Amino acid sequence: MDYILEIMPSLFSGMGVTLSIFFWTLVGSLPLGLIVALGMISPFKILQKILGIYVWLMRGTPLLLQLIFVFYGLPLLGTGIVLPRYEAALVAFILNYTAYFAEIFRGGLQSIDKGQYESAKVLRLNYWQTIRKIIAPQVMKIVIPSIGNEVINLVKDSSLVYVIGLGDLLRAGNVATSRDVTLVPLILVSLMYLLMTAFFTYVLKKIEQHYSYWK
Amino acid sequence: MLELQQITKKFGERTILDHVDLTIEDGKILCIVGQSGGGKTTLLRCISGLEQIDSGKILVNGKEFDPYVNSNNEAVIGVVFQEYNLFPHLTVLENVMLAPQMVLKKDKETATREANELLKKLALGDKGNLYPWQLSGGQKQRVAIARALAMKPQILCYDEPTSALDPGLRDTVKEIILDLKKEKMTQIIVTHDIEFAKEIADDILKVKPLSN
Ligand SMILES: Nc1ncnc2c1ncn2[C@@H]1O[C@H](COP(=O)(O)OP(=O)(O)OP(=O)(O)O)[C@@H](O)[C@H]1O
Ligand SMILES: [Mg+2]
Repeated sequence: MDYILEIMPSLFSGMGVTLSIFFWTLVGSLPLGLIVALGMISPFKILQKILGIYVWLMRGTPLLLQLIFVFYGLPLLGTGIVLPRYEAALVAFILNYTAYFAEIFRGGLQSIDKGQYESAKVLRLNYWQTIRKIIAPQVMKIVIPSIGNEVINLVKDSSLVYVIGLGDLLRAGNVATSRDVTLVPLILVSLMYLLMTAFFTYVLKKIEQHYSYWK
Repeated sequence: MLELQQITKKFGERTILDHVDLTIEDGKILCIVGQSGGGKTTLLRCISGLEQIDSGKILVNGKEFDPYVNSNNEAVIGVVFQEYNLFPHLTVLENVMLAPQMVLKKDKETATREANELLKKLALGDKGNLYPWQLSGGQKQRVAIARALAMKPQILCYDEPTSALDPGLRDTVKEIILDLKKEKMTQIIVTHDIEFAKEIADDILKVKPLSN
C-alpha cells in the first residue's frame, strides 16, 4: 500500500500528460476534420485531390511512424523545423486524427438528403447558416458513434508518445516497473487506462442520448 | 405578376424545357399538369432557383429576376416540396421560425408569435413542440406550407401536393390553397391529378416530354 502511494504521484503526472495530449488533439482535430470534410465534398476538384492524398497518407501509414517523422524526421529534412517533444506529438496526433475525423464527417455529410440543402436554399439561408443550423446537427447525430470509437482509440494511442520520450502514463508505469522490479505499477496503469476509457465511453453515451430526441 | 419568357433548360444535351412562355397574374392559381417526365418538376425548380436556366428570362412585376442567385432580401418564391423536406432535428415551431430569424433577422418574440399564428391557421396550433417524425403526412405538409409562408413569399409553389395524401386530406389541401388565394397569394401547383387541377386552377399549363 505504501508503495502504491509512493508511485501514485508520478503515475498521475504521467496521466496528466496523456490527458493533455488527448484533450488538445480533440480540440484541434475535430474542427479541422469537419473543415477538411467540407473541402472534400466541395466542388473544387484540386482541393478534393489534395485533401484526398492527405487523408490517404495519414490513414495509410502508422501513427507511430508519423510521430517519429515529425519529431526526428522534420529536422533532418533541413526544413529548420525543430519541434519540442510535446509539440511534435500534438502536431502528429492532430494531423493523424484530423484525417480520420474528416473521413467520418465526409460520410456523415454525404448521407444528408439533398432536400435539406434545397429547403435551406429556398428559405434563403446562406452557406454557413445552412451548415450550422441544418447540416451540422444532423451530421453530428450520424457520426457520434464513429467519433466515439476514435476517441477511445485516442486514449490508448496517446501512449505512442512514449517513443519520442514524453513522460506519459505508460512511461511513468514502465519506469517504475523496471526500477522497482514489480508489476504493480503496470497493473495500476492498466486500471487508469480502463478508468479513462470507461469515463469517455460514458460521456459519449450521454452525448448520443442527447441526440436521440429526433429520428 | 410572374412572367417566364422563352425559358430553356437542358440537362447535358437533353432539352427538357424548350422556350417555355408563361404568365401568372397576382393572386391566381396556375396548375402545371402533364405526363411523367414532361418537365413539370424541372420547371418548378427553375422558377424557385434550384436549377439554373440555360436561356430565357424570368420577370417579377416586370423586373428581371434570377431566382438562382437570389441574394437580394426580397422574399419572392416559396416552395412546398413533394417530400416536404422538413428539418428533422427541429420542432415544428423551430422549422417555421428558423428562416425568419436567420434571414429576415426577426427577433425571437416576433418570429415565435408569427409562427404560432401560421400554425394555428393551418390547424397545427397544438403541434408546435412536436418533431417532424411525430407527425402524419398531411401534418408534415402543412408544416411545410407554414414554413414557406413564414418568409412572406409573393408566389408559393407546390410539387405534387396531393400525391402522398389520402383522399380526405386532398380536400384539406384544396381548402388551404383556396384560402391562400383569398389572401391574394399567387400559387403554382404541379400535379398529376387533372381533376384536382380543374377544381382549383385559374390556368392550366400542359407540358409533355420533348422527343430528343
Ligand atoms: N438533375 C437531372 N439531371 C438529368 N436529367 C434530369 C434531372 N432532373 C430531371 N431530369 C430529366 O428531366 C426530365 C423531366 O423530369 P421532371 O422531373 O421535371 O419531370 P416531371 O414532369 O416532374 O415528371 P413526374 O411527373 O414523374 O414527376 C426527365 O426525363 C428526367 O429524367
Ligand atoms: Mg415531378
